[in-house]
Amino acid sequence: MSSVIVRLKRKQIAQLIAKGKRLDGRGLTDYRETKVEQGVIESAEGSARVLLGKTEVLVGTKIEAGKPFPDTPNEGVLTVNAELVPLASPTFEPGPPDENSIELARVVDRGIRESKTIDFGSLCIEPGKKVFVVFVDVYVLNYDGNLIDASALAALAALLNTKMFNYEIEEDKVKIKPGYTPLPLTKHPIAVTFAKINDKLVVDPGLEEEQTMDARLTMTFDDEGNICAIQKGGTGYFTPKQVLEAAKIAKEKAEEIRKKLKW
Amino acid sequence: MSKKPEKLIDKKGLRLDGRKPGELRSIEIEVGVLPNADGSAYIRQGKNKILAAVYGPRELHPKHLALPDRTVLRCRYHMAPFSVQERKSPAPSRRDIELSKVIREALEPSVFLEYYPRTGIDIYIEVLEADGGTRCASITAASLALADAGIPMQDLVVACAAGKVDDTIVLDLMDTEDKVGEADVPVALMPNLNAITLLQMDGILSLEEFEKAVNLALEGCRKIYPMQKEALKAKYVNVKEVEE
Repeated sequence: MSSVIVRLKRKQIAQLIAKGKRLDGRGLTDYRETKVEQGVIESAEGSARVLLGKTEVLVGTKIEAGKPFPDTPNEGVLTVNAELVPLASPTFEPGPPDENSIELARVVDRGIRESKTIDFGSLCIEPGKKVFVVFVDVYVLNYDGNLIDASALAALAALLNTKMFNYEIEEDKVKIKPGYTPLPLTKHPIAVTFAKINDKLVVDPGLEEEQTMDARLTMTFDDEGNICAIQKGGTGYFTPKQVLEAAKIAKEKAEEIRKKLKW
Repeated sequence: MSKKPEKLIDKKGLRLDGRKPGELRSIEIEVGVLPNADGSAYIRQGKNKILAAVYGPRELHPKHLALPDRTVLRCRYHMAPFSVQERKSPAPSRRDIELSKVIREALEPSVFLEYYPRTGIDIYIEVLEADGGTRCASITAASLALADAGIPMQDLVVACAAGKVDDTIVLDLMDTEDKVGEADVPVALMPNLNAITLLQMDGILSLEEFEKAVNLALEGCRKIYPMQKEALKAKYVNVKEVEE
């Protein structure tokens, strides 16, 4: 049903974009209004809620003791999971994670992991045996386009808000002591997503733009302006020129969004 | 676990397997290797050994997935349990599911989907041995399998990765370079349309390095493209005439 309506709207969306305008009155490289709220869930070690227009994402972090990976015995572990909960959209269904939620989680994960946002070395309890595992759970509460940017921003905001409990080792067991210290973060990666519609690039696609787009491109930048993750999605293509053009815009946009966060 | 090498590029500027930074691994491609499939291809790129098969266009199951105006392209990327050092569970991992999606999306722009409404085309990719860059080699092979199945396409899709190891931009990373190196940028291209259909990156690159890496990967794609075409032709050139 909805896809029929969107197909009818495609022409209108494309015509507007050709004139440098968009359905909701934004410019081609404008983000929707972005709100970040930290510390919204008390039972989580860290949490944040991000509103990107009407897209709403909640991220909670949990920290538990666990086993390190055999190839990185001295480093903590990061696990990112994304849930497209059925209350967020008529197109989301209950059940095991589908390819869209797995892709979302892995793109968010890549941005945090590759930029070395978390100081994993400091999360080692006992080399090779016990380390802290940081769980980042992305919970989509309302889907109105561009889940990747909203989720990546919410994940970062939640990590910035995450408290590590103090601990001591007693007879091989981790014993929790009172008091907290902040989770050691070194970088602040920001994801910027483009949609290609009628051969033009727009930043932060809304739901209808996402449904009519030919292809999607996400680029994640760290504080120094280096790229740390890229993901192309959708069934269309980009020219090499468009990719490089997108990278330049994304770098500026990432800096702009990073200013919205406090640390 | 194999130990990590200290240096990925030696004093002469050569890589672990003796290649120059901008050099591809040796590649062998064969088309039409599976008798049951409608189209198939095998690729060996370095130590990577990958089979790709295409079934369809055929009736789609479950039927409710069928679309009235076009065919549905499906793709499964799967690694054999013995394809890597430590046995990989045959159950699909999250990585496999993501790769299946990006490979499908890399091939989809090349196929005239609207020619076969209400049907499905299945692409099955089996990685028999893996040594870095399997998603790219898979795309190169799967595109040939689609062509071998006689499915109309705008162009073949060819893929190759570039990346950064020991501060040098290099082409076609093997597993150790991918794991120990600084960055990996897989790219898929339809050469005749100059269209990038897959682009991913992990690691850290400055804008200038990224531009260099993408251009090197595109160059790699354009080097593999003629091999791909040659392999496709070879299947038909070598067909012997049957005597009456």
